[in-house]
Amino acid sequence: MASILTVDDSASIRMTIKIALANEGYNVVEAGDGAEGLAKAADGGFSLIITDLNMPVMDGLTMIRNLRAKPGNSGVPILFLTTESDVEIKAQAKAAGATGWLTKPFIPEQLVRVVKKVLAS
Amino acid sequence: MSGSDPAEIFRQEAQDLLEQIEQGLLDMSNRPGDRELVDSVFRGLHTLKGSGAMFGFDALAAFTHHCETAFDRVRKGEVAATPALVSAVLAAQDHMRALAEGREAPQSVGDALLADLRLAVEAAGDAGAPEAPTPELTTFIIRFSLPADALVNGTRPLPLLDELRELGECAVRAITDQVPLLEALNPVECHLAWEVVLTTSQPKSAIEDVFIFVIDDMKLEIEVQTPDVVASSPSIDQPQAHPLAANEAAPAEAKAARAGDTLRVPAERLDELMDRVGELVIAQSRLEQVAASSADPHLRAVSEEIERLAGELRDTMMVVRMVPISQLFGRFRRLIHDLARDTGKLIDFSTEGETTELDKTVIERLADPLVHLIRNAADHGLEPSEARLASGKAPTGKITLGARQSGAEVIVTITDDGRGVDRARVRAKAEEAGLVAAGATISDDELLQFIFHPGFSTAQAVTSLSGRGVGMDVVKRTIENLRGSIKMTSRPGEGSQIALRIPLTLAIIDGLLVRVGEARYVIPLPAVEECVELSPEQDLRSTGRSFITLRDQLVPFIRLRELFATGQAREAHQKVVVVSTGEDRVGLVVDQILGDHQTVIKALSGFHADVETFSGATILGDGGVALILDIAHLVAAGQRQDAQLRAAG
Repeated sequence: MASILTVDDSASIRMTIKIALANEGYNVVEAGDGAEGLAKAADGGFSLIITDLNMPVMDGLTMIRNLRAKPGNSGVPILFLTTESDVEIKAQAKAAGATGWLTKPFIPEQLVRVVKKVLAS
Repeated sequence: MSGSDPAEIFRQEAQDLLEQIEQGLLDMSNRPGDRELVDSVFRGLHTLKGSGAMFGFDALAAFTHHCETAFDRVRKGEVAATPALVSAVLAAQDHMRALAEGREAPQSVGDALLADLRLAVEAAGDAGAPEAPTPELTTFIIRFSLPADALVNGTRPLPLLDELRELGECAVRAITDQVPLLEALNPVECHLAWEVVLTTSQPKSAIEDVFIFVIDDMKLEIEVQTPDVVASSPSIDQPQAHPLAANEAAPAEAKAARAGDTLRVPAERLDELMDRVGELVIAQSRLEQVAASSADPHLRAVSEEIERLAGELRDTMMVVRMVPISQLFGRFRRLIHDLARDTGKLIDFSTEGETTELDKTVIERLADPLVHLIRNAADHGLEPSEARLASGKAPTGKITLGARQSGAEVIVTITDDGRGVDRARVRAKAEEAGLVAAGATISDDELLQFIFHPGFSTAQAVTSLSGRGVGMDVVKRTIENLRGSIKMTSRPGEGSQIALRIPLTLAIIDGLLVRVGEARYVIPLPAVEECVELSPEQDLRSTGRSFITLRDQLVPFIRLRELFATGQAREAHQKVVVVSTGEDRVGLVVDQILGDHQTVIKALSGFHADVETFSGATILGDGGVALILDIAHLVAAGQRQDAQLRAAG
């Protein structure tokens, strides 16, 4: 089954994501900030990465840029969570290499729908 | 035939429409409630009426109008599509065909048919409540391409296309003209674009939502396809006021859009083109020989280029000539319908492998033999229901028509679960005809093959169905003329199967060019299994008993040198080309293997029609002629030799 990495400084958000996706049969790995996320995903192996943008130690945009620079993570879908439906942020994240986004707050069904949208079945 | 006479064009169109109507009606007997079928038949009738009036087929238009009115009521759910009603429209459809083709179709016949139809409609009058209307459908043409870095950034085209498919009926075409040449290709960049024709009940925004993550960076055009053809075809009286009229246009359009890319060409033009391609292939192999003996590298390069192009042209030409066998199979459903009616037997007809493709000419020439074989299966093979019940079978007999590709051949099978072949009667017939001595032992296979002997019919009474002139021998000859073979298997009480093996195409084959003595021959490459050396020791040892041992199996071989009586001393290094027809193998001893050769088959003249060893001739690159060996015949001869030798001990 596909492995998904969720990167967020909020444990409750990570938990919400983990429960919703585990229910769908995905294997979910957690990371608490961008640096930890980068370390865990550095060698590839994830089918999808879901990340927050505002995080301590290393923010989401920097992590995405760093991940895309590594060959193992080229082409892996990366979704970011954003509270702002701000066009500016989306443009920045996409320029950094993100695939799509999910607007907070979300319900599990929305999350699953977006995950299935970007993951080739 | 004239391509621009509107009446002629209408006649062609009418044929297609009548075909569509007939198929719809026949399907309806199995799936009476299917809305799509009802709509398809109605649309067919509607268009036939409209176009008929436009091109001066007034009688046809007026007659069709009544059928359309009746079917409109079916469509609206006011009357049910009862078997009686379907039969009445089927009968009426024959009358329409006569009217469209300009055959004699008396008014009185038409009136009688319409009276039947009226009765059927009245009897079917109390159908259930009309179904809920289907949601409004729109056809969109969507063209999109993704930004070059989309793949790197995790956007995958496949899930996007899948999402579009979820919205409705979808036809996807990839546009590849922006893909650079291999040297310039960066494999992680996305150069493809797509064109999608989508028929959906969803609004345009649903399509845009699919692309939400990339919509700002990509090229996306969404057009609504405007309905025309169906909606604008003129009707005689009755304006199309019913609410579904607008809806039905959309799905029909989606199909029309796909059909718009196809072109109808008279078959003879394809044949001419095929001839030219054939000549080109011959000219090309001459060029190849000239180039091979030349030191000029430019000439060689051009020759290789021409060889490649000629090969591609030939392959493309083959594909153009290939049509799915469903074209042929579709015709038999009506035949079965009529056979079931005439014999009073219950027949369940099914087809398999309808997408199997065959050369157009082959398909046409298969029609008559198959009609005969299906008639035989229905008439002689299947028992009446009572007899079936008495022998513990289901009352409904099964006839299955199947097709599948196997290498360069297509195998067409006609299977029934009837009584099987009565061996005793075949034997008696064969003895009576002097084909076999009374009391002689022959194998079951051989016995069954007598059925294909001229003038051989085991039916005690020639019925109106099967006794129509052509016998199984004619079927066999037709199949053999197609370079095919026919084989019957049968189990008493359980049914019979006839298998036809037909080459994919008639015009060109890949062959192995060999030399025997001074002459050259072509062996069809698909039949070749392997080539082995016949060492002088083996050669000597096998004199008298012509066998070689191949991986512990004895394979009989034929010395072509002896068969063709070349009258020359045998050469030191002979080769054995092992050929097979699928089951049986035989080795052909030749003097030299010259290589593979693309062969344009030229038929032998009528004067040589009884020559069995060769199936045709071909012209070689140097202008010489090579005969093409008939493998089925040689293998049979080899097996006979095998049997005789074994019998002789």
